[in-house]
Amino acid sequence: MATTTAPTSSHPAEAPNQVKHRPDRNYRRKQRWGWLFVAPFALIFLTFLILPLVFAFRMSLFTSTLATGNKFVGADNYIKAFSDPIFLQGLGTVAKFALIMIPAQMLVALVAALVLDNLATWASKFSRLMIFIPYAIPVVIGALMWGFLYSPRFGPASSIFGIFGLAAPEFLAQDNIFGSLVNIVTWQWAGYYMIIIYAALRGIDPGIYEAAVLDGASDRQIALRIKVPMISSSLVMVVIFALIGTLQFFTEPQVLRGVAQGAIPTSYTPNMYAFSLAFSYSQFNYASAISFALGIVVFVFSFIFLFLTRKQSGLK
Amino acid sequence: MALVTDTPQRQDGRKARGSAARNRARNGGPRIGSHIFLLILVIYFITPLWWLTVASTKDTAGLFGGSGGPLWFDNEFHFFSNLQGLFERQDGIYWRWLGNSFLYAISGGVGATILAVLAGYGFAKYNFRGRAAFFGILLGAVMVPLTALVIPTFVLLSSVGLVNTIWAVILPSLLSPFGVYLMRVFAQEAVPDELLDAARIDGAGEIRTFFQIALPLLRPAIVTVLLLSVVGTWNNFFLPLAVLSDPLLLPVTVGLNGWQALSNAGSGGEALWNLITTGAFISIIPLIIAFLSLQKYWQGGLSLGSLK
Repeated sequence: MATTTAPTSSHPAEAPNQVKHRPDRNYRRKQRWGWLFVAPFALIFLTFLILPLVFAFRMSLFTSTLATGNKFVGADNYIKAFSDPIFLQGLGTVAKFALIMIPAQMLVALVAALVLDNLATWASKFSRLMIFIPYAIPVVIGALMWGFLYSPRFGPASSIFGIFGLAAPEFLAQDNIFGSLVNIVTWQWAGYYMIIIYAALRGIDPGIYEAAVLDGASDRQIALRIKVPMISSSLVMVVIFALIGTLQFFTEPQVLRGVAQGAIPTSYTPNMYAFSLAFSYSQFNYASAISFALGIVVFVFSFIFLFLTRKQSGLK
Repeated sequence: MALVTDTPQRQDGRKARGSAARNRARNGGPRIGSHIFLLILVIYFITPLWWLTVASTKDTAGLFGGSGGPLWFDNEFHFFSNLQGLFERQDGIYWRWLGNSFLYAISGGVGATILAVLAGYGFAKYNFRGRAAFFGILLGAVMVPLTALVIPTFVLLSSVGLVNTIWAVILPSLLSPFGVYLMRVFAQEAVPDELLDAARIDGAGEIRTFFQIALPLLRPAIVTVLLLSVVGTWNNFFLPLAVLSDPLLLPVTVGLNGWQALSNAGSGGEALWNLITTGAFISIIPLIIAFLSLQKYWQGGLSLGSLK
């Protein structure tokens, strides 16, 4: 506070003057400073978001072959993409992931946050940190670790299942790889979502629960009828994060591909497909169309979700 | 100043203490069921890290079938010889990768944070022409999947000759629409207009007002945005994988993934497995320390975006 009061003493006489002069022109001139503050970000925003988007869109309207060079083909690449069984299958895969992985992560995160919100022991503080820690691990390292743990050669699975006299499932076989990936992502992100939800729960005024307790509400009723509705905007935000992340699924399957030989094709998800089209086959135009099409799909789905939940999220 | 800056946390802390006291009164003791549930969760979330810690002390033979099994230490302790292996393999390229990760994460993270603080403050405290339109576009941009930009960014950067340089990773990492959004939400609440007007009346210019009045008030949000963007860059895999091909420029994530692919293909020999586990173990330590030591900032800060 010292810094704000110090200059006051040096110009005490000018203060009232400036207040009178403030309206209109002076006001507008001052507001222009806003652009100066925003300008550096705006530059990066234009160069690395708008420009690539426009560029990708332009590229997606051309094909490039050795024989004919660059040729304008209009929407051909998009017609090709949306009738390309590999791309559609990839979209189907990430949609399936979204339907199973997001509820799994939300359930773990929400239940953990609700349990933690009711406790104030050192054990609960410790648990909160430990559940969150995987977020600090790079996704590549997380996927590498789970790859080791799943592996029949290195992993502990056979000894753990051996205790119960069972044979360990082959986590990396084609039939099980879906569940194995769901597990990796849940492990990595549930803690992060839990912290967001937990912080929102802490933000609720505890006075609200008192009335419910007086009316004889149980903990479960308080959790489901009061807490969950009150943090719905956080829940919406978490689902949006998870949705955007899931539809761009790339790193985990890409890393696990190395260990799970044959179980994950190079075109498993749309992003992996675009990557291999661009960097293995140099089909940059078609890869841009795939990227752009995926971007549109993600944008449309997030938008639909936000629209459907506009009441809960408080966004208009 | 300290008093003003700490206000959001202090309120939070007071609430926390209030509800904790009430909970204790209501339940009359620790809850066994909840604690068992938490214990199961902690075991699930910690096991992979425990495995990695143990694995980093084993040589390759120990990884495949050591005396202690996968989840316990062997009779032999190989951590230091693994460390030595990391220094010897390809002239210690691992440490170069780790250094690159630091360089990218810190320059990208700090840069993104500076841009976000300036822009968030600008959006929150000035009513300039075009503000609503720009912020609307920005909110839409939060929903644009950043990986969809990787391939066009690669083509753009290669047309200006920046592919396969450190700038190809650092410059795109400066983009953080979500950081700007968080800063705006926070600045709107944490920096009172009256305080800014008082400073202006006192003759402070806009820039001085920003540095001396607003910046200290924004500190909790700055730490959160900094952590989020450092983690984002540190974790980034798709972008460096696409834009870098020189092994000396790779970040540690891409480098270790390359070793793993090499070991699986069998061409690099089995000896790499122990280097991968030890390398992975060392690479996760810095961020874990950062998160543990800065918890009081990010724990409240992460919910900022959803409060509105």
